[in-house]
Amino acid sequence: MALAQTKTDALTARTAALTAGGSGWLGAARRDAVARLAAMGLPTKRDEYWRYTDPASLTSATPTPAALFDAGDEAPAFDGIDALKLVFVDGVFDPAQSDDPTLAGVEITSLSQADGVDIHWARDIYGVLETRGQTPVQRPLATLNTAYASEGFLIRATAKAARPISLIYHHTSVTSDALIHHCIKLEKDAELTILENGPAAARVTKVMEVEVADGARFHHIRAQGRDHERRAVTHVFARVGAGALFKSFTLTANGCLTRNEQIIELVGDDGVAHVAGAAVGDGTFHHDDTVFMTHEGQRCESRQVFKKVLMNGAVGVFQGKILVKQGAQKTDGYQISQSLLLDGDSQFLAKPELEIYADDVKCSHGSTSGAIDDTALFYLQSRGVPKRMAQSLLVLAFLAEAIGEIEDEAIAEDIRSRLEGWLQRHEH
Amino acid sequence: MLEIKNLHVKLEEEDKVILNGVDLKIGPGEVHAIMGPNGSGKSTLSYVLAGREGYEVTEGSATLQGEELLEMEPEARAAAGLFLAFQYPVEIPGVGNMTFLRTAVNAQRKARGEDELSAGDFLKTVRAKAKDLKIDAEMLKRPVNVGFSGGEKKRNEILQMAMLEPRMCILDETDSGLDVDAMKLVSEGVNALRDAGRSFLVITHYQRLLDHIKPDVVHIMAAGRIIKSGGPELALEVEHNGYAALLAEAE
Repeated sequence: MALAQTKTDALTARTAALTAGGSGWLGAARRDAVARLAAMGLPTKRDEYWRYTDPASLTSATPTPAALFDAGDEAPAFDGIDALKLVFVDGVFDPAQSDDPTLAGVEITSLSQADGVDIHWARDIYGVLETRGQTPVQRPLATLNTAYASEGFLIRATAKAARPISLIYHHTSVTSDALIHHCIKLEKDAELTILENGPAAARVTKVMEVEVADGARFHHIRAQGRDHERRAVTHVFARVGAGALFKSFTLTANGCLTRNEQIIELVGDDGVAHVAGAAVGDGTFHHDDTVFMTHEGQRCESRQVFKKVLMNGAVGVFQGKILVKQGAQKTDGYQISQSLLLDGDSQFLAKPELEIYADDVKCSHGSTSGAIDDTALFYLQSRGVPKRMAQSLLVLAFLAEAIGEIEDEAIAEDIRSRLEGWLQRHEH
Repeated sequence: MLEIKNLHVKLEEEDKVILNGVDLKIGPGEVHAIMGPNGSGKSTLSYVLAGREGYEVTEGSATLQGEELLEMEPEARAAAGLFLAFQYPVEIPGVGNMTFLRTAVNAQRKARGEDELSAGDFLKTVRAKAKDLKIDAEMLKRPVNVGFSGGEKKRNEILQMAMLEPRMCILDETDSGLDVDAMKLVSEGVNALRDAGRSFLVITHYQRLLDHIKPDVVHIMAAGRIIKSGGPELALEVEHNGYAALLAEAE
């Protein structure tokens, strides 16, 4: 079916300033993405998958300007974690602010240097996992990214990485528009932690493709910065092998529009995939977690734990699916999405889905939204805990299950202290 | 210690009067018991004193060591020395019992202008007090009251009381849901806290508890008022004859 003219026009406008260059394998992958994108067009709010989140500001020709944010004397997230730092400024890699990208057990190549080099493993991932993730639901913004991403890293872990890699995204221009694409491969039994922090740009379109080979362990913890006006659409496409582990946690505090998509396939037996998120929003805040978890292997375990704290008209969205394919016996799937609405103006829209074709599986899902428990609040106050502190304690308790998905206690503590700080700054 | 004068309270959301002129005076070191039939306003009295929302004081006053309680936030009442052991202790998933205790102890110390307890001192104190109440390390680690049995919840209330060292303790049907052994344990915990500077108001349905926690004064409450006060023998009278005779006598 031919694409509606409006969609074609929107795509033309969005991509007018972008180039999908390159002569090598990367160029080929980009040209393929350009063709795929032309066939699907950019999303509009009339698309079912964008029913709760209007993508207009993500697809517009130019980004809506976003004021810069001054975090004051608060240290950046993960500052105290010993990690190899790679710094991006408005979506452009800045070697001067970054560490030398050498790390025992890991190969790191920047995307801009990759086209001329035959990096065979990256060829099998770049745009490949993204393409797989287009079925059954189209994700054109990911394809746009594959076609036009200017920056990113190709990271391959062959053993246990000596320390985490920290990707830091600074936002310094009110009109910056970033397209960042990372490919990550963990070879058999390798282990790697990726940290991400920062808003990246006024508007960022991001893709991270992750292949976790058999027995490998991948940890991903990100904080999306504190800028109020930034807009972000991110996609994580992951393939998880036999006996492998994939864990991803996202902290979102502020940001007027965030859409985080995670598309994960458990392709081997006995794999584990956990995705979690804690989002806190006050006022102009629209936060959308969209997850698609596919069980193909047997005896795999997946967890989706998403918690949102919303106030003053903030909006939370959760679209989460567990698809258990035929033959994926003994699947253990869990999904919980909850929101704490601190006033009557905020709203939470949830669409949890299960689709199961195997007959011996355990899958549970739940979704709730509610206010702070007055009885618990009074109980704490009656013990002498001031109301504000009691509320914060209860909000943190509400978020605890999501934060509990972070294995590293120092990183979890960093996230917890950031949430405490946020709660202190936002009266409720 | 605690002085309640002509206290009238109604529910905020409906025009229902619950307390209808309560007068009560508890001196330092005294133990008073309030007994009364269901719906007489006993629990409401404890909630109003602790500062729970949903009640409107239409008349009267309540002072703790001369300070007007009813104007204070619940946390300020706690810092001033008031403690309510809940009839139904609240479960708080996600908040560790230890964190809860430490937050409460330090918040009260801070409110009184005292230094916070060091982690070491706190731990030492809480372990010793928990041991007396047969509360094990596992219970201290678990989220507040989550998955606790009825008896464990009540023991946890007494542990909080022991840690917070309040001046005025209100025990709201602390005996409900307790077996004989648990009641003995809880009572011992309470008795250990009795001293000349600390007063108790024990709300109960049954005389049984008062065998363990011996009151100085027993009050009978009905229809939102105290209709009769006396010595411990009054509790025995209720046990033998029920409330009917006392109510008839009051009318």
